[in-house]
Amino acid sequence: MGTRDFIRERFFPHMWCPGCGHGTILNCLIRAIEELGLDKSNIVVVSGIGCSARISGYVDFHSLHTLHGRALAFATGVKFSQPELTIITPMGDGDALAIGGNHFIHAARRNIDITAIVMNNRIYGMTGGQYSPMSCTGDYATTAPFGNIDNPFDAVKLATAAGASFVARTTTYHAKEGISILKKAIRHRGFSVVEFLSQCPTQYGRRNQLVNAPVMLEYLKTHTVPIGSARAAEDPEILERGIFVEELRAEYCDAYEQVIQKEGG
Amino acid sequence: MGRPKLDRIVINRDWCKGCGVCIHFCPREVLEIDAFDKVVVVHPEKCTCCRLCELRCPELASEVIIEK
Ligand SMILES: Cc1ncc(C[n+]2csc(CCOP(=O)(O)OP(=O)(O)O)c2C)c(N)n1
Ligand code: SF4
Ligand code: SF4
Ligand code: SF4
Repeated sequence: MGTRDFIRERFFPHMWCPGCGHGTILNCLIRAIEELGLDKSNIVVVSGIGCSARISGYVDFHSLHTLHGRALAFATGVKFSQPELTIITPMGDGDALAIGGNHFIHAARRNIDITAIVMNNRIYGMTGGQYSPMSCTGDYATTAPFGNIDNPFDAVKLATAAGASFVARTTTYHAKEGISILKKAIRHRGFSVVEFLSQCPTQYGRRNQLVNAPVMLEYLKTHTVPIGSARAAEDPEILERGIFVEELRAEYCDAYEQVIQKEGG
Repeated sequence: MGRPKLDRIVINRDWCKGCGVCIHFCPREVLEIDAFDKVVVVHPEKCTCCRLCELRCPELASEVIIEK
């Protein structure tokens, strides 16, 4: 099989801007699924709204394109009714952590077997470049013309504290690492969060002196390090990449099944 | 198994948007942009078959085919 067997070719070339990192995440995702050898008819990709969310239209799996911030709510319903399916919810940083922040922490708390990919470009791409809860302090956005005064979330710490049993971070520069992390996240039984640092050249790059996709990828290359590198401790701008949490804990659908068995359902 | 040998790199010109990611990060300067803002393969003999151009391409427009 080749990548073309996993996409809806009739919608290509896709709508994303030249150099948009979301395309690289799509690329990594279908290669991860291909390498895992999963049956296409058992995979459901559920997305919300945003440039990122358009990914569900491009993959040739079952797909639901739902409401802004609500991908995990719909995904929970699908998983709970048919626990044997593999559920993947790719979300923008705004989608996952602004409007969808509450669904995010509670899905993590329940440890439901869903793979959540946070396609973090640190901006609202689709609506014209407003800052998101992942924009860094000092970043420029249409809604922060003099620089953002908010602090960003650390998505890895947030997911870990909320109870996700698999938590990882990678970037669109590190495509091979990204594929390997996605494979582990999808295979993991429990709530998996992969923060995939992405680039939005159009709405973020242009306003933040990162003039094109190669320059933005250079930034991701030089400003991330493998977990445990000393440079991360010395410089707060440098983020660690890799798998932070990978633990087997009671999964939500399993816990519900046990209730059914016990009460003679 | 010896070192992989390149058969050819196929660029889908209808999908490539000329973002330059593959060109910029190719370790061997195999690729260039042409007058139509599409990628062309200029030095296939230098390619190490690392496939990073293919895996990073946001358009799924590039395929590195390795000799069997
Ligand atoms: C309930 C609701 N509120 C607001 C919007 C407008 N809206 C559409 S996409 C979006 C944010 C997109 O940013 P993000 O989720 O980070 O994804 P990106 O486009 O950057 O990939 C917003 C606010 C909406 N569609 N629905
Ligand atoms: S606006 Fe940004 S996130 Fe949206 S498609 Fe363009 S580059 Fe990608
Ligand atoms: S990375 Fe893909 S879209 Fe970008 S220039 Fe290369 S082949 Fe074209
Ligand atoms: S496979 Fe590697 S060496 Fe060959 S063209 Fe692509 S990036 Fe360059």
